[in-house]
Amino acid sequence: MKRGVAITGMGIISAIGTNVEENMTALLFSKTGIGEISNITTRHQKDIKVGEVANTNSQIAKSLQLPENTIFSRSALLGSLAAKQALENAQIERISEYRTGLVSSTTVGGMDLTEKHYKTFQSNPETLKYLKSHPAGDSTQKIAEQLGITEFVTTISTACSSAANAIMLGARLIKAGKLDRVIVGGTDCLSKFTINGFKTLMILSNENCTPFDANRKGLNLGEAAAYLVLESEAVIKKANKKVLGYVSGYANANDAFHQTASSAEGEGAFLAMQKALKVANLQPEEIDYINAHGTATLNNDLSESVAIKRIFGDAVPDFSSTKALTGHTLAAAGAIEAVYSIVSLQEQCVFPNVNFKQPIPELNIPPAVKFQKKKVRHVMSNSFGFGGNCSSLIFSSE
Amino acid sequence: METLRQELKENIIEQLNLEDFTVDDIADDDRLFGDGLGLDSIDALELIVMLDKNYGIKLTDPKEGKEIFVSIAVLAEYIATHRTK
Amino acid sequence: MEGVIQQFYLKSSILKTSLHIQSFCSFRFNKIILNGETVVAKEKGLSFSEFSKTVYKESGIAYPKFFKMDNLSKLTFLTAEVLLKNCALPSEEKEKMALVLSNRSASLDTDRKHQLSIQSKENFYPSPAVFVYTLPNIGMGEISIRHQIKGENAFFVFKEFNAKFLMQYSEALIHNKKASHVLCGWVDIEEDAYRSFMYLVSKRGTYIHSEAIINKEYQNI
Repeated sequence: MKRGVAITGMGIISAIGTNVEENMTALLFSKTGIGEISNITTRHQKDIKVGEVANTNSQIAKSLQLPENTIFSRSALLGSLAAKQALENAQIERISEYRTGLVSSTTVGGMDLTEKHYKTFQSNPETLKYLKSHPAGDSTQKIAEQLGITEFVTTISTACSSAANAIMLGARLIKAGKLDRVIVGGTDCLSKFTINGFKTLMILSNENCTPFDANRKGLNLGEAAAYLVLESEAVIKKANKKVLGYVSGYANANDAFHQTASSAEGEGAFLAMQKALKVANLQPEEIDYINAHGTATLNNDLSESVAIKRIFGDAVPDFSSTKALTGHTLAAAGAIEAVYSIVSLQEQCVFPNVNFKQPIPELNIPPAVKFQKKKVRHVMSNSFGFGGNCSSLIFSSE
Repeated sequence: METLRQELKENIIEQLNLEDFTVDDIADDDRLFGDGLGLDSIDALELIVMLDKNYGIKLTDPKEGKEIFVSIAVLAEYIATHRTK
Repeated sequence: MEGVIQQFYLKSSILKTSLHIQSFCSFRFNKIILNGETVVAKEKGLSFSEFSKTVYKESGIAYPKFFKMDNLSKLTFLTAEVLLKNCALPSEEKEKMALVLSNRSASLDTDRKHQLSIQSKENFYPSPAVFVYTLPNIGMGEISIRHQIKGENAFFVFKEFNAKFLMQYSEALIHNKKASHVLCGWVDIEEDAYRSFMYLVSKRGTYIHSEAIINKEYQNI
């Protein structure tokens, strides 16, 4: 059997926990991280629900042992924390031992600092230093410095499919023999910018979101960061490393329909899943669980369900969206859901799609609603972004 | 009412960047979405912002918009009854 | 960081069968250069909005959605329009095409406009149409819709134009049979300072697909 690229470590911080174990426990007990926003003052406080990371910036900075007065955007803080955990989990001590890269994704970048200091940039030049954190690449660079990675560092920004694309690029870099080890993932913090933006698109729910439910009202935004360590076969053998799972399939396709809306036939999603299966050399019936994109917007869940039905026909595997617990974490979503997919492989279980009551009438394919233990060998994880950018990944236990 | 319709046409052309249209190209009963002016879901959201900004009308559900944004005539009628500014 | 990336590639340049470039197209300083030839040159004083509008009108394209796009998407759209018109690919080839674009400012130009719309307490009306464009990859979505391109899309953010990265990424896509053509390049805009450079990588074409040639053509405007 053609093996994928080995995953040897993972790290995560999200609304449901500050490390892999906490996230795992929350998933096993369907403990939600959705609630009222507290770290950001916004006029929308009462009419949105979010998946917020409880830790404040200074708490995270302290745990990273950052010197005082260092300027880190919240995305850079969350990202550094999760990426460091991943390295530790993979028991990597010397980065320079192998050719190591970092592929990190973000959409928010340093927007949190920019919007905080924006009004004073002209009147108080002292605050201009915060602007340096604005570009998407700044969070990546900061994480790279925290990890000591200098060989290959890049940022991907393709909306909500960003982290899935980062994982795909990392896997390819290893397959092509260009790197021995790649840290891949994404980070996005909550910001007024995204809250207001999604609010104007009228796709934010004022209640806990209900993915794949007939009466879904929209999404809950979330914040998170997660990273995986991918390592080449040669490194695994030489260091006799423990493998958590494999990235066996990956693909990206464009829906070519609308800037934000998904097509009725879910063409992009369909193509991404189809191509990922091909790369993994798997038949649809070999997929045991799908961690769906499932944002709980009217449009995504219908379009994704249509695409799933097109691929799997009458034998749709168990599927669920964990966004009901974490919120939609944008450029981190593909990475945290990759971690959850690996947990599904490790624990041999399927996570329930919480808050679900009634199936979408047009399709009548209900998601998994109960936590269940079962044989799980291959998990598909979907991430679809604005711009029609659709990605699908497959994780396998061997 | 005629003034309001005229004003709406001007605003819509301006707000939605319909550069290829003039006020005279839009009839009061032309369909705004679909075949008519070819507006899409993002345009509908822009129109909701316009209702709030210019006329003090707040819509909270995009579905409400569907019934109001049928044509200039229907929209003007709705604004005339519900405007708060 | 860039220096390091360059070094990284020097260490690992493995080339299989050579690929080609069918055409190049650049937009800068209110000029359009196609395959080394200046095909449009407008007054330097025009703003990007004025310049792009003129180019759109003169091209005779009927695509009213153009006016709704943000400036980064307009630049991406027009550059692809000129380039792909010149390449004249059949639609089934276009459908399988991959897009690999990059820039340094991501969507900063539009981010600023969105930020302006939310910073005033008294006049707080964030525009949905502006927010949609606060992602650099939306321009790729626009050209995918226009030309019905359904292949892989990736958008990278770099400090500066990185020919080697783009070259190896397209080679990998074509050699792994992910795509038969790759539309590649750089599209960057901050207010009126804009620069685009796109080229079509393919198995056949006039130019050799090499870092030196890509860099030379990028510098050509």
